[in-house]
Order: sequence, then C-alpha cells, then structure tokens
Amino acid sequence: MNRKMMKGNIAIAEGAIHAGCRHYFGYPITPQNDIPEYLSAELPKIGGVFVQAESEIASINMILGASAAGARSMTSSSGPGVSLMQEGISYLAGSEVPAVIVDVSRTGPGLGGIAPTQGDYKQVTSGGGHGDYYTITLAPSSVQEMFELVQTAFDLADKYRNPAILLTDAILGQMKEPVVIGPRPEPTVQEKPWALTGNKGRSSNVVKSLFLGDGEMEIQNWKLAEKYERLRAEDTMYEEMWMDDAEFIIVSFGSCSRMVQSAIRLAREDGLKVGLIRPITIYPFPEKIIKKRTDSINKVLVVEMNTGQMVKDVKISVSRNADVFLYARPGGALPTPLEILEQIKKYY
Amino acid sequence: MTVPEITMEEVYSRPKVLKDVDFHFCPGCQHGTTHKLVAEAIDESKIQDRTIGVAGVGCCVFLYNYLDIDVLEAPHGRACAEATGIKRVHPDKIVFTYQGDGDLAAIGMAETVHTANRGENVTVIFVNNTLYGMTGGQMAPTTLLGQKTTTSPYGRNFKGDGYPIRMSEMLATLEGSAFVARVACNTPANVIKAKKVIKKAFKMQIENMGFSFVEILSACPTNWKIDPVAASRKVSEEMIPYFPLGIFKERTTADYL
Repeated sequence: MNRKMMKGNIAIAEGAIHAGCRHYFGYPITPQNDIPEYLSAELPKIGGVFVQAESEIASINMILGASAAGARSMTSSSGPGVSLMQEGISYLAGSEVPAVIVDVSRTGPGLGGIAPTQGDYKQVTSGGGHGDYYTITLAPSSVQEMFELVQTAFDLADKYRNPAILLTDAILGQMKEPVVIGPRPEPTVQEKPWALTGNKGRSSNVVKSLFLGDGEMEIQNWKLAEKYERLRAEDTMYEEMWMDDAEFIIVSFGSCSRMVQSAIRLAREDGLKVGLIRPITIYPFPEKIIKKRTDSINKVLVVEMNTGQMVKDVKISVSRNADVFLYARPGGALPTPLEILEQIKKYY
Repeated sequence: MTVPEITMEEVYSRPKVLKDVDFHFCPGCQHGTTHKLVAEAIDESKIQDRTIGVAGVGCCVFLYNYLDIDVLEAPHGRACAEATGIKRVHPDKIVFTYQGDGDLAAIGMAETVHTANRGENVTVIFVNNTLYGMTGGQMAPTTLLGQKTTTSPYGRNFKGDGYPIRMSEMLATLEGSAFVARVACNTPANVIKAKKVIKKAFKMQIENMGFSFVEILSACPTNWKIDPVAASRKVSEEMIPYFPLGIFKERTTADYL
C-alpha cells in the first residue's frame, strides 16, 4: 500500500478502475471533468472503453446498455447533467440494472454556479426520476473515501441490481489529500445470469421495465420496496465521532462534516460535549442510530450546505423528545468552523 | 396402374427465431411482416445465439414477445445509445435496434445521428409509418404534408409543423454510416427486396463494416383510418414518391474502430 496525493475526482476514477469498471460513458460538465479526462487516458491502456457521449441523456442510456450487457459501467456528471439522467436512472431501477453514477454537485437550481453545494441531496435521496424507486446513495467526506466508496457503490449496485449514486461536491472533487492505495487488482467476474450476452445455451433474457399485465406492476413495485428494506437493514452506513460522552449531536454529511469536525474540536476546547453522526449512506438514511442516540440526547443540530434538505430526514428519525435545529448555507457558501461554533453555543 | 411416389420438400417454414405466438398488431399492420423478415435474417445468418435486440418504445416495444433472442427495452428514443453500450461491452455480438419513427426521428434524433456518426457497428431497423402508432396516431417528424393525424387535424402544414424528415438521406451524408437503405413491405416484390436489404444490413455488421440502417416504409391502417388494402396502396402512391426506395450508402471497406 502506498500513500499518494490525489485529487478527489481522480480518486473516484481510480477507484472505479480498482472496482473492475472498464466502461465509462460521459459528457463534460464542471466540476467533474477530471474524471472523464483521466479515464479517457487510462481505460484504453487496460482494455477498457471510454465514450464521450453527445449528452448526459445518451451517457446514462449507454450505461443502461452496457450494464444490461453485464459490465460494471459508470458515468459522472454534476447537477444539471444528473437532472438530464433521471429518466435513465428510473429505467435502470425499473429494469433492475446495476450502475454507478457520480454527482460532483454544483449549485443550482438552473445553471446555478460551480461552487460546492449539497443542494442535490433531495434529488439523489428521493429517487429523482419518475416512479416508485430509490437509488443507493453514498456521500464520501474525504478523498480516501471517494476512492473507497465508489468501489462500495459498485458492490452494492450489483448486490441489489439497482443504480448507486456517489454524491460529492466541488470541494471534494477538486481538493487533494493523501490516499492509501494499492496496485490495481485484476477485475473479478460477477455472476450475472440475467445479463444480455446472446442466448447461447440458455433461454432468452429480457431486461425491461414495462409491466402491463393486470397487477404485474404492483408486484414489481413491492419487489423493489422489499429490496430497499433489505438494503436499509444490511447496508446502512454512518460514522460516529465524539459520541461517547456527547450531550449535543450534530448531523452533517460530506464535505460539510469536515468543517463541522473543526467546529467540534473548538467546542470541546470550550468544554462543550458535542458529538457527530455522519451519514455515509444518505439513502438509506441512518435513521436507527439517530433514533437510538436521541433517546438520551435531546438536542440535534443539522449543518448542511443547502436551504435545509437532510434536516427533514433527521426530523423523521429522531426520538420524540429531541429538538432539531438547522444551520443551512446554500448557494456555494461555506460555513466556517467559527460560524458553526456560534450555532452550537446558541442551541447547546 | 402404379401410383408414383410423392416426395415432399419443405420450401417454407416459420423462422426459428420467430416465436409461435400471435402478434398483438392491428390487422394490416406491417410490423408483423418486418418482425418476420428480421427473424429470417437472423436465422439465415446463423446468429440467433449471439444477437441482442434493443426494443424502442411504441408498437415495437414487445419485440421480446416475438423474437427468441436476448432483448433490452430502451426508453423512448434512446435505443441507439443502449445499442452503443451493449456493443462496446460485446463487440463480438450482433446488436440491433428496432424503432418506430416517433421514437427514432423525433425524441431519439440526437442518439440516432451520433450513433451513426460514431460509426457504431450496430444495425438499426427503422419502421416508418408516418405517425405515432401506439399512442393513437399523433403527428410524427415523418408525417406527410397535408396528412391528417390526431394532432394535425387540418393536415400537416410546413408552416409551424415543418417538413417530413427523410432520415435515410440524412444519415447517408454522415461519414460514420456504412449502409443506409429504404425499403417497403406493401407488395410481395417489395417484401422480397426488403428481406435482402435487412439481411445485408446484418451482414455489414457481421463483417465489422460499421453502422447499418434500414428504413422500412410501413402501413398503419388503424391510425390512417383506411382498410389494409388501401393502406398498402397509400404506401406506393403517397409515401414512396416522397420517401424513395433504394440504397443510399454502401461502404465496401471496413471503417470500424
């Protein structure tokens, strides 16, 4: 294992290669361009395929084709492009095809700006496209985690035959940090008996999301719902810090949780017993641990870089007697540790 | 008197790829004929066990109910993008899309043009019946001038509605396309020609020649609101004069990646 200075976006691209992804389809958009640029150079060297599509709509549909054909495939984009992909993501979920989609988010709505934000939380955690489905959604908070969680995303996507999204932002994508990284492993073969490979020696496979028969669609919807329940039970991920003696909880994810950590260190210097719960999967949301902790700790501050999106999931999760406060900074504004400390003192 | 022994020779049978089930298509619809021709092309090219189809949205979406091959159902208009994804994973497989004119020439125009332009080694079967069939006969980019549809009740007028798009001629201008042809299924002679061309398109892909495209002029008696015989006549009298039959491009040397 080596320690290597790496930019967040490159860590995602290299993580995808480590996960055995050899097919990337994408379209340029800031602030994620390092991913396609890196993969356009690296994939051909290792027998992989890089295609620059004519749009994000085409990218996600190439992903649907490549993944239905059994390959681990990935695309990446930012908010406006991910919006265009929602139709395809819905089809991926509807036809139970795994895929990994990276959202290096930028501010919005509309063209917005290229500054960091967590404004895509609502979209990526609530399905985003039409119909009754969800995507597995992971939110790294460091470059190391970007490298690791993109691999987890591939594993979970395959395990559940469902699209997985990695939600990052312009800070994480563009910053450099040391990453512990080994040599690229040989890709392992995933058994996908449902994949489209030609019907040699078996009956024909069909990958589809149209269910017109009487009652068929309800059965399919309940099947997906059961899958999401299993996902919630088996693969909800979170990190707790300073929770052993905490009297006050902050819930924060992604890049924002890094600023919260600095704020908590300052608060602890002042004798304030503040702990952090950091959701790593934002879908499924770690509601159980938040319920459990708020059975005994009744003050929760949510810090997020939007106008208040995750706070709704926190409010649903907390124990009945807990008060939930919000410190929200949208539009590319970054909350400083001192500003967060001020909020802690206000509600502690 | 001795009775001469009668020997029987099978001169025609159902293609192996075509499942023995009833079509859902309306009476006089030529999707059934086109499905059969595609099935025969796959059979005769001996590629059934390595062919992957992509079904477009519309009347053609049930491709998997009729053809015994692996099939992916694409979102509306996106079939060429799906075909690209599949072919890039399995360059050794034969990948084709089966799409209607609303699907391919309206919502899927970008995917179609760019797939051709990239020279993707896939085959597109494009059924042009001048309107959106499954949704009830709305105007398509291919609707003829003056043609009445449910969304052009006064007849298509180029002012506001634009002109019918000739997809084959347009795609033939792209360097990436290897084989582009337009056929019809309205007469026995045209069906025989159509079969040859469809088989040729698959052959181009088998030989790694690049993007192949077959446009099939097709009758839609239900939405044209005429009987099947009149509909087939309309293909000859109104469609072919505007959408001439023929091979618009045929590359003879491979230019695929």
